[in-house]
Amino acid sequence: MKIAKLKKVRVGVSLIFFAFIFFLFIDYGNTFDKPVVQTVLYLQFVPSLIKFLNVLSLTSAGFIIIILLTLLLGRVYCSSVCPLGTFQDIIARVSWKFSSKKEKKQFFNYSRPKNLLRFGILGITVFSYLLGANFLLALLDPYSNFGRFSVSFAQPALGMIYNTATGIFEKMNIYWFYPAELRDVIIASLIIPFLMLGLVVALSFKKGRLFCNTVCPVGALLGVLSKFSIYKIFIETEACNSCGLCVFSCKAGCIDDTNKKVDFTRCVTCLNCFSACNKDAFHYRNTWFNSVGSQAIPSEADLGKRNFMFNSIFFLTGLMGLNSFRFRNDSIPAARQIIPVKPTTIPVIKECMVTPPGSESIYNFNKYCTACGLCVSACRSNVLQPTFLEYGWSGLMQPRMDYSFGYCNYDCKICGDVCPTQAISYFENLKEKQFTQIGKVNFVKENCIVHTEKTECGACSEHCPTKAVDMVPYENTGLVIPEVDDEICVGCGACEYACPTMPYKAIYVEGNPEHIIALEPKIEKLEEIDPEKDFPF
Amino acid sequence: MKRRDFVKKSMNAGVLAGASSLGLVSFNNLAGSAVTSGYDLVAVKGGEPDTMFDRAIASLGGIKSLVKRGQSVVIKPNIGWDTSPERAANTNPKLVKRIIEHCKQAGAKDVYVFDHTCDTWTKCYTNSGIEKAVKEAGGKMVSGSSEGYYHLLESTTTKRLKSVKVHELILESDIFINVPILKHHSSTRITSAMKNLMGIVWDRRYWHNNDLNQCIGEFPLYRKPDLNVVDAYAILKRNGPRGVSIADVLYPKSLLISSDIVAIDAAAVKIFGNEPDRIPYIRIADELNIGTKDLSRLSINRIKI
Repeated sequence: MKIAKLKKVRVGVSLIFFAFIFFLFIDYGNTFDKPVVQTVLYLQFVPSLIKFLNVLSLTSAGFIIIILLTLLLGRVYCSSVCPLGTFQDIIARVSWKFSSKKEKKQFFNYSRPKNLLRFGILGITVFSYLLGANFLLALLDPYSNFGRFSVSFAQPALGMIYNTATGIFEKMNIYWFYPAELRDVIIASLIIPFLMLGLVVALSFKKGRLFCNTVCPVGALLGVLSKFSIYKIFIETEACNSCGLCVFSCKAGCIDDTNKKVDFTRCVTCLNCFSACNKDAFHYRNTWFNSVGSQAIPSEADLGKRNFMFNSIFFLTGLMGLNSFRFRNDSIPAARQIIPVKPTTIPVIKECMVTPPGSESIYNFNKYCTACGLCVSACRSNVLQPTFLEYGWSGLMQPRMDYSFGYCNYDCKICGDVCPTQAISYFENLKEKQFTQIGKVNFVKENCIVHTEKTECGACSEHCPTKAVDMVPYENTGLVIPEVDDEICVGCGACEYACPTMPYKAIYVEGNPEHIIALEPKIEKLEEIDPEKDFPF
Repeated sequence: MKRRDFVKKSMNAGVLAGASSLGLVSFNNLAGSAVTSGYDLVAVKGGEPDTMFDRAIASLGGIKSLVKRGQSVVIKPNIGWDTSPERAANTNPKLVKRIIEHCKQAGAKDVYVFDHTCDTWTKCYTNSGIEKAVKEAGGKMVSGSSEGYYHLLESTTTKRLKSVKVHELILESDIFINVPILKHHSSTRITSAMKNLMGIVWDRRYWHNNDLNQCIGEFPLYRKPDLNVVDAYAILKRNGPRGVSIADVLYPKSLLISSDIVAIDAAAVKIFGNEPDRIPYIRIADELNIGTKDLSRLSINRIKI
């Protein structure tokens, strides 16, 4: 009975993790700073593992704790820590609520293991990562998927509701809450999150945790490990009266009541069976120091598995070739279009994407980012935007600096603070960030208002935090025109964002494939004002 | 909503009425109330921003001559940048706070403060110190960063700025107080009272695209502030309007106050060390009779603390 009570603890823990992580992804207010965010996400398996590989430090030992926990008690991660797991439980719960009485009684059922699928996917994911392509990991990691669902759909939806509420308050002359600034929607970036959300919802609606035991590579990996768990769940055959209640309550579908066996590699340790059983037949048993030994159902498809992995390597090598996809920035979302006096004529073709400060290089960023979208959710200037294939396969869905939506706030380094894999590394000191050059400014005089219209503009220079874009006399017109110094430029994109010309910008930032250190702007001393001087008028 | 429509209509009427009399009569009182006192402009020097405002407004007969009991006031400081107060890129928070306190004492029902910022607005509000100052003084800090707040105005008298979207608080509030900080500006040379009004409109890019100086110069035809307070306590002497470092800041420790937006900018330019005639938008506004740039024609109270 004790363990049946433990189920409540499990539900509590899982909901706390779920709520906290969900909040991080939908929060428009950057409520929590670095220590809280990193603590909440510490145990997330894939981010922790990647951070470990990235920074080679034990500060990211979360995944080791999960491995040890799995070796002790089984897939506790899946039941309590993984936000996508809890999300599926919530979907299943909703589905249960709307089921008929008869369906409710036999909601879940035993299903045969799909080992070829789950270990195949695990294998191909691991191999592809070892080969240097992390897109499968990014695509399948449960934490990152949950993050993308939240950022792509929940954050905007809740933001709209929140703004409706603040709007109503403002009508009542109450200005306690600021409205949230919603991101523009980039349809392409929603394609994969939408399909994955569809898959997860469809699978969990009737089949509980089928996703965790077919698609999820973390589930498969921890499944392998749980084969060697010290404590496993067993059915006491004498006590069992084969009523089937446990089978109907098992969301992993891993209880085989004809053989009275639990497939512990698929068990997500939700402990539903303990509370469902009237006969108290379920027990956690020490298998290392106990004569009964392991009883996991043997894998039936070892050969097929091997074939599958072989094929996957070929598949991957093929995909590597698709890496050369480049992007052109010659369009701005229609909503932002303004009618120019004269359309600009020189197309702006960017050779290189801009990655956020702290990512060090495109290569580094692509390698360690799992595209969870937490930085996108935290970026208040909306310059970090999710992508689809703009980076190529190696950077599937990873965010980029998109200066048509905003620019990098000079005094902000939140993306590095929240990044759980440290693909965007953390700056101890804001100064370091302020000298990181993520791209270089380029000026296209032929597109510039000052040149084409012979009127003042200077929007670019106005916004530049280092005055890498300065205004200098333009011929003998009495006007001033931008002059750029790409050595002190940090690539924040303020100039590009502010530039009013259409359809092509007169000033833009070309990404640095590898970030470098910008020079310090020259500072000359000003002549002080004499405080005793009279009014000049 | 009714009120807003009414205000919009009456303002358009004002603009049209102005057109017929263009160049014939001065329409200093186009936007309604102006402070009544003997002085056209008060300049103070040598004090803290808040005490300088106390002296300046007292010499204009106190804020009560402008703000009546139960009225709503909107204050538009410059909060354009995510920088700390000592960087002098944003209006001094002490000044904003003191103005709100005066309005509250005069019995103002609500005092709203907003800016359509350049940098991320929530960060600007926080790091400028203005959000805190406003809340301490009992004012209401409002967002200026959603298009929904802005309503379209049209005019036939303007040359380039045929239509413009203006923040609803400017349209709905009884009194509009413009509180810029005097700064260097990379393209318009100076930013002060008139340039600060770019923060009450939605689409600034249009201005940049359509003769920036003309747009700044003629915008007051739509709406003139009832009072302008120029913060020249600390000013950006170069690298404006954002500034690169504290080394860009000088301390004239001055404050200007006037209902004439052109005159106050002319005086501000002089404090900065430039000439009004060399600032195109001041010339344009003067030609449109929005105010006068000729300081010798004005009665100025000069106060040294």
